[in-house]
Order: sequence, then structure tokens, then C-alpha cells
Amino acid sequence: MKKISLSSILSQLLLLFFVIVWLIPTFGLFISSLRDKDLLAISGWWTALTTTEINEIYRMSGMEAQIEEDGYFKIKGTLFEENSGKKIESFGINSKKINEFMIGDIAIFKNESEVILDQDGNYEWRSKSEFQNKKGKRLFTTSLSPPSFTFENYREVLFKEGIGRAFVNTMAVALPSTLIPLIICSFFAYSLTWMKFFGRDTLLAIIIASLVVPLQMSLIPILSIYNDFGALFGVAAKSYPGVWMAHTGFGLASTTFLLRNFLKSLPNEMMEAAKVDGASHYDIFLRIIIPLSIPAFASIFILQFLWCWNDLLVGLVFLDQVPSEIILTAKLKELLGSRGENWEILTTGAFVSMTVPLFIFFALQRYFIRGLVAGSVKG
Amino acid sequence: MYDDVFIHLKDRSKEDEVADINVNTVNKYFGDVHVIKDISLDIKSQSFTVLVGPSGCGKSTMLRMIAGLEDINSGTISIDGQVVNDLPPKQRNIAMVFQSYALYPHMTVFDNMAFGLKLEKRSKDEINERVNEAARILQIEDYLLRKPKQLSGGQRQRVAIGRAITRKPKVFLFDEPLSNLDAALRVQMRVELAKLHNELDATMIYVTHDQTEAMTLADDIVVLDTGIVSQKGSPLELYDKPNNMFVGGFIGSPKMNFMPSKILSKSADSTEVDIMGMSKISVPKLSASSSEGDAVTLGIRPEHLVVNGDSDGSWESKVFVVEKLGDVTYLYLEKDGEPLVAEAEGHSDIKVGDTVKVGFPAGRCQLFDSSNQAFK
Repeated sequence: MKKISLSSILSQLLLLFFVIVWLIPTFGLFISSLRDKDLLAISGWWTALTTTEINEIYRMSGMEAQIEEDGYFKIKGTLFEENSGKKIESFGINSKKINEFMIGDIAIFKNESEVILDQDGNYEWRSKSEFQNKKGKRLFTTSLSPPSFTFENYREVLFKEGIGRAFVNTMAVALPSTLIPLIICSFFAYSLTWMKFFGRDTLLAIIIASLVVPLQMSLIPILSIYNDFGALFGVAAKSYPGVWMAHTGFGLASTTFLLRNFLKSLPNEMMEAAKVDGASHYDIFLRIIIPLSIPAFASIFILQFLWCWNDLLVGLVFLDQVPSEIILTAKLKELLGSRGENWEILTTGAFVSMTVPLFIFFALQRYFIRGLVAGSVKG
Repeated sequence: MYDDVFIHLKDRSKEDEVADINVNTVNKYFGDVHVIKDISLDIKSQSFTVLVGPSGCGKSTMLRMIAGLEDINSGTISIDGQVVNDLPPKQRNIAMVFQSYALYPHMTVFDNMAFGLKLEKRSKDEINERVNEAARILQIEDYLLRKPKQLSGGQRQRVAIGRAITRKPKVFLFDEPLSNLDAALRVQMRVELAKLHNELDATMIYVTHDQTEAMTLADDIVVLDTGIVSQKGSPLELYDKPNNMFVGGFIGSPKMNFMPSKILSKSADSTEVDIMGMSKISVPKLSASSSEGDAVTLGIRPEHLVVNGDSDGSWESKVFVVEKLGDVTYLYLEKDGEPLVAEAEGHSDIKVGDTVKVGFPAGRCQLFDSSNQAFK
């Protein structure tokens, strides 16, 4: 029998609480991004699976569409797009009485023309005399819309709003910004752990000290150095290599520190055995350290990658806000200003930016946890 | 006739492969701590030398200096006549087996054993041949494709030894290789190591804190005590004629009994001592530095104490613990300070609380002077 203690119940409840707090907004965002933009504007995502009552205004076709039939001039058409699934409950011809008529009622305009409407939105507008209206009359409909999900938002956001391009840009920033420090730091951490040289401990102390330096402090000085440097070689200061270098620099201390903690936990005798076997430092690093460090590399990759992916500040400072360089977070911020009322764009854009972290988290979560406890628990 | 010549040649080549090791006034400091103090050692080619001592005596440090894993502060170490002070481990032609096995966890047994050979860029066939031969010697042929974590402790240690064998080094270094194994396995591996030494004819240096391993395996034992060589010699030399109290107490199990004594008189070939005021005995040992009335320590091994029998000096003592091991019975006799342990026959009917007569033949005991050095 497993013993159930108060503290374990509490911790389970706490866990449940965090799961709910995290899951509900994520789920909401996801549902919202798949909803029809009109529905999204009037009802919350939790109503997505119920039918929604919506009021809309449509204009019938004008005089060009009229045909003569059975002694009437008729204009036929449909209000809804095909397969909308909407069912009209009532309609009106006057903005003050939008629920005046039920389906099957004949609504009569002042000019004695009359209109009948079925629930799928097909209307027949007829008149004894020829229509002279250049524009059709307005119809006010109240209809029930069934739950509808669409990828339209994604198509819109990815290809029209430039989120797709921003996604690619962010990848182009985040991947090198993760791999470069990982490569540099693995060598660095190895030498800090397993090689003896003068000033090693001082170097380590400097690295630990630099962990607490906020990156905001150094953004502007670095940019100004970039400017001088760029001017020297005639290249733009703001560019991908610049942002890679910035991320690399900012990630160097923490990456080295985490990797060193991991390498420190590898048994010393194994390195000595390899040395006796005739391995040089390079052999040890390549044939023993690298294969054994895959879990550590993976977890540090995740941490650094997510950091770069979610970063806004560095991307804003070191990249121009042009379509070929703008990153996702900056793009979303821009959309928030220009398209703040188009929720379908914002929710979808936000969800697109979340897909990569979510994918990484689910695919590599065991490394994620291992990385967070790296060095504290012996594996 | 030709056969003889060939055998001779074969033997010669073997001798070339193995090496004398010379340690000359070596010193080692860890910070301010002087761990190895002016040690000089000669280790003969093809011998099995055991460095033994309590923890912290510097035996592992000594081994690691020979391996090239620790720097030497002063003095020289030479292998086969060549000073190796500044050579990295791989150029010293040695192999080392570690206490924690130190296998590469991500490689199979085969790859573990082939690692050194691959680094030497040997041909595939040669690697296969050597690894398979080592596996055959160590009876681990069935495990070659397993990972270390799928092996038991004994199998892992065999792999570690196999990794040393494949490279055919001049010198094998063992750093407490058996101390992670359980008692039964330790005895079994001990025998196999002895067999291995016979088979390979290589120079082996073995570090342990277990005097039984030292006694059973060694051609030569070097007893280290706080960074100096206390005594070097064959196991029986150390057992019979310890140089000092430390060696006397360290070699042999249960350990030697020490009794405070006093010199009553000296003659040309013997010394008469008084044992704790209970008995007198004339011991055929002498020391120039001692004189009448000096306090000395008399050492006698449990197996040399005679219980209820004829002996040179004897006294009566009360038994307070009886340990029956089957083949022998150990009696713990009352004494000030540490008890006196005596060995009696396996099926002894002596009980706790009995008073027994104990004594020993004069030739069996050791005398140590006030600076703990033995009388010759």
C-alpha cells in the first residue's frame, strides 16, 4: 500500500493547480486561433462548441441582377457564403426592428416590393414594377451559427501578415545563437573541469560573477561597438551575425556554468583511465565527454534555444525591423499595435510563436528536467 | 637442439618486454602536506609488488606517480632505465586498473577493451585478436557486446583488467582493484590475479590496504606508513621479522599482540624481559641501543601464543570473549588497554570466564624499543 501523506496530497494539489493555470490559457489561445474571426469577436473560446446567435447585416443585390418571371421582377440570391452552416431565425428590414419577421414571413418594403427568406439565407426579392435600386436593400438577420473551425486564420497570419517570414527569421536567429555557444562552451567547460592551467579558478569565478550581470546593461555599449566595427568594414551594424554574437555572449556564462557542473559529475577515474589508455585531451573530449554529455547538451540546448526564441529585447536592438529580419516577438508586438482589434490575427500569431517551445518541451521534456537539476543530483 | 634456442629467444624477448622500475628519492607535496617523503624503491622486472598501508599513507599517490597521473615534486622515477618524470602516461607503457573500474559507460565491453588500441591506430584484425584473447583469458567472451551497466561488479572488474591486458604494457598498475567487490568475489579474483601474473609474466604493482591480499599475491611487499617505506620484503620476511611495530601490527590477521615489557638484563646473545610483571622470558634478540631497565614492547602473534601448553614464559589470564571460527578459536584475554588475542584449537572447550595458562616459545616473539624499532 502506498502511504498517502498530507504533504503528498498538498503537492499533488499544487501540481494540479499549476497544470490548470498553465493549460487553460494555452488551450484557450489554441481554440481561439482556430475559430472563425466573426465568432471570435463576439464570444469567448469556451463557447466554441455551442451554437452562437449572431446578428448581421447583408445587402441584397441591385437592379442588374433582376429577372422577369411570372409577372414579377425578381432578384434572387443568397446572403451567406457557401457551407457557412448558419441558420437564420428571424430577420428585419429596418435597423430598429431587426427581429421583425420570422422565416416564412413576407417582409414588405415601403415601395411595396416584398422579400422572402429561407433559413439558409436564400432570398427572393420581388416587385411588380421594375427595380430601380442601384444598390440592394439591407437585410438584418439573426442567425444561429454552428461551431465552426477554420485554418483560415493561420493562412492569413502566416502568408499575409508576415508571421511566417518572422518565424523563419526567428529560427535563423535562435538556431545559431544556440549552437555556437554550445560548441564554444563545451570546449570551455571541459578545459575548466579537466585541464590544469594557470588562473583556472579565477576564470571560473569570473564566469560565475558574470551570471548576475543583467544583459540590459550591456546592450547599448555592445551596439555602439558593433556600429564602429561595422563602419570599419562597411557592413550594417544590425545583422544576423550581430545578433548571433550577442546571444552567444549573453549565453556564454550560464551555458559554461551548467556544462561544467555536469562534467564535474563525471568520474575522475574514467578520465585518468582514458589518459593511461593513451588518449589526449582532444580524444577524451571527442570520444568520451561528447557521447556522455548528450543529455546535458540537449537540456542546455533547450534552455538556450527557448531563451533565444522568446527573446524580444536583443532582437529589437540588434536587428532592423524590416520583413527580412524582424523576429516573431517583435512582429507580434508590431501587430498588437497595428491590428490590435483583429483578435484572430493576434491569437493565431501568438500560437504560432508558441508551437516551437511546445514541440521542444514535449519532445525533449526528460532532458529538460535533467537540465534543470544538472549537477545537483548524480545521475 | 633448435627448440632450445627458440625457447631461449622467446624468453629473451619476454624479458625485453617487461621492465624494472626505479623510484629514486621521490617527494610529493599536496599543498603543504608532505605525502611522499624521500621514497626509494627498486621493483624487479616480472615481479608482483604490493604497496600496502593504511589509508592516507601515500600508497595510491605513489602508484599514480608511477602512472604519470600525479606530478613528482623531486626525485626520479624510471621505467626500464628511462626516466619518465615528464612523460605522459601513454608514453610510459603502463596500464592501470582502478578501484571504481572506470569503464566507459557508453561503450560496449569490446569497445572498452579496444579503446587504447584504437587510439594507437592498430589494424582491425589486430584489435579483434587482442581483445578476444584478453576476453578468453578473463572468461568474458560472452559479454563482449554488453554495456558495462549490464555487468556485475566482478565482470566489470574483469573488463577493466582486460582493458589493461589488451595493450600489452610493460607494467600493470592496480589501484585497490578488489575493494569494491564482495568478500567471496574478492577471494576468487585474487586467485585469478595470481594466475594472470603467472600467465603474463609482466611487472605488476598492486596497491591495497588489505594485508591478506598483500600476503597472498605479492612477491614483494612494500609497507608504507605516512609517506615513508616502513619495510620492504617478501611476505614471510615481513611476517617473521617485522622491522618495527607498525609492520608487525599491520601484517598478519588477527594483528600482533603488543605487551609493555621491561628489560631485566642483557647477555651476549639474548635479552631477559619482564612481561607486564606477570612473567619473565629470555628472548634471543638484541639491540645495541637498549640497556637494562628500558621499557620495551613485546610483540607476539595470536597463533604463536600457546594456550594451556608448554612454553617458555607463561602466566594465567581470564578469558572474556571466545570466537569460534571452526578451524580455530580466538580467545580474548584480559589485559590493560587492548585485549590479548590467543589462538586455540578449533574445538576448544574453553568458555568465557575460564582462566587459562598462556605462554609462548621465546623464539617466536619480537621486541621493539621505545622508538618502535625491532630488536634484531
